[in-house]
Amino acid sequence: MSANLTYLTIAEARDGLAGGDFSAVELTEAHIEAIGAAGDLNAFVTETPEIARERAAASDKRRAGGEVRGAMDGIPIVNKDLFCTKGTLTTAGSHILDGFVPTYESTVTANLIDAGSVMLGKTNMDEFAMGSSNISSYYGPVKNPWRGAGGKDLVPGGSSGGSAAAVAARIALGATGTDTGGSIRQPAAFSGIVGLKPTYGRCSRWGIVAFASSLDQAGPLTRSVRDAAIMLGAMAGHDPKDSTSAPIDVPNFEAAITGDIRGLRVGIPKEYTMDGMPAEIQALWEQGAAWLSEQGAECHEVSLPHTEYALPTYYIVAPAEASANLARYDGVRYGLRVEGDSLDAMYENTRGEGFGDEVKRRVLIGTYVLSAGYYDAYYLKAQKVRTLIAQDFSQAFEDVDVLLTPTAPSAAFAIGEKMDDPVAMYLNDVFTVPASMAGLPAISVPAGLDSGGLPLGLHMVGKPFDEETLLRAAGALETAAGFDALPPGLEA
Amino acid sequence: MSLDIETVRRIAFLARIKVADEALEPLAGELNGIIGWIEQLSKVDTDGVAPMTSVADMTLTQRQDSVTDGDCREDVLSNAPDREDAFYTVPKVIE
Repeated sequence: MSANLTYLTIAEARDGLAGGDFSAVELTEAHIEAIGAAGDLNAFVTETPEIARERAAASDKRRAGGEVRGAMDGIPIVNKDLFCTKGTLTTAGSHILDGFVPTYESTVTANLIDAGSVMLGKTNMDEFAMGSSNISSYYGPVKNPWRGAGGKDLVPGGSSGGSAAAVAARIALGATGTDTGGSIRQPAAFSGIVGLKPTYGRCSRWGIVAFASSLDQAGPLTRSVRDAAIMLGAMAGHDPKDSTSAPIDVPNFEAAITGDIRGLRVGIPKEYTMDGMPAEIQALWEQGAAWLSEQGAECHEVSLPHTEYALPTYYIVAPAEASANLARYDGVRYGLRVEGDSLDAMYENTRGEGFGDEVKRRVLIGTYVLSAGYYDAYYLKAQKVRTLIAQDFSQAFEDVDVLLTPTAPSAAFAIGEKMDDPVAMYLNDVFTVPASMAGLPAISVPAGLDSGGLPLGLHMVGKPFDEETLLRAAGALETAAGFDALPPGLEA
Repeated sequence: MSLDIETVRRIAFLARIKVADEALEPLAGELNGIIGWIEQLSKVDTDGVAPMTSVADMTLTQRQDSVTDGDCREDVLSNAPDREDAFYTVPKVIE
């Protein structure tokens, strides 16, 4: 019984709780047990079984009294360690936040608490969400529950790598993540699960450790499109504490998944065909279009001419914003402090020791592109190209409702690969970054296995604040793909 | 454009990140790799294009200019790595 409980979707668990088949406490205990058996993954920075038991018991008590707060009530989830959680260590995967225990709760996790969900722990991640492999965490790499040839350890993707691994390994029913350039969608693809980045402004950024404020957006990682819709519904909503949070109502996302995509107009961006892309990814992409067409959608080619410039633009804009956001880690107000004999020396020592190599590289790049004499050539230029990238999408969306692309240019790679060349690592996000630059909602759906038996994802991009059409399309894709493979060692 | 060691030393100071002398040269190599790759943007014609200022197509909302938070000194100070009473501490800055 207890093993089966961890294999449920959120929608199934909701129905089981409603039907009295099991309690939130039983559901939670099954997950705590599963977490204990999966320590090898290193998916957590902090496990919070006491909080989980307390919230599960409170959920059961509410339910017994006739009060249910919705679909997430009693559902065990994990939170990326980028969300500030009141009274629980929050590290952002960085040494520089040593010992930081927030005295406040991020809006998204507060919404999830209000919805009755149960937090099992805080998940490991690339330091400050900067990475596509989870290798840059101060707390060590996360292992993907999927294994490479000969049982080789693979990365789960990143930066929400611990969240993706936890959901794929059946030790949480869902997870929060954040996505700046692909950090929800790419790990979802690498781990064979669903990852949804909503429209910029759909979820409040308040209380999320900031990386690049014009790009950061919270979203769910789940095992089905329906679960992503349910969980997003609990996370989203206007928040006066985030001025960029959109003052619009949260629709019933789950109701949007009707299974009917007749007449849906799907754009296939021709610029996403890249040199050196594995043939099986190209083939899966074509298969995805065929699946949608068979269900009555109309697929046709569109052009997003500035696609190739999205990644270099991102690597100016995001580091520039990061260099400003990370200025707050000064050794004075929270986290690590390394003494020095002057104020500047204390700052330099603290930040020199507290930040890892990738974070240092990005802060330095950001500092450089914003510095006097280079601002116009790099930062201003990038913001102009960003306008062109966004215009490409708005023009395409005059003729189509959603776009279909691959999620990532490869399946999960081995831990230790792509470490020598930062730019090679950046290319992981080549298909996810353009939608981020335009603030658009996008989702990765597991769609097949490569020749090595590793999951591959397909990626769909929607119009601003039209997550409903995106979810409807993704639901149809999911049904046709029928992805039911499990990582080795897990049995249905 | 290429970053020499002195430039890397300067931006590391601007960013207040200590970089050991022997690490400057390899770091310059890495940063040049990234900057060199980024420079492909110079090929894009951006004449007459306005820089993006907001990715969201919306006007910032306004609120009453009133105090909504405060009286939480202990909360604010609770994570300080070093403090004295109600104050943060820093190395001496005035001789």
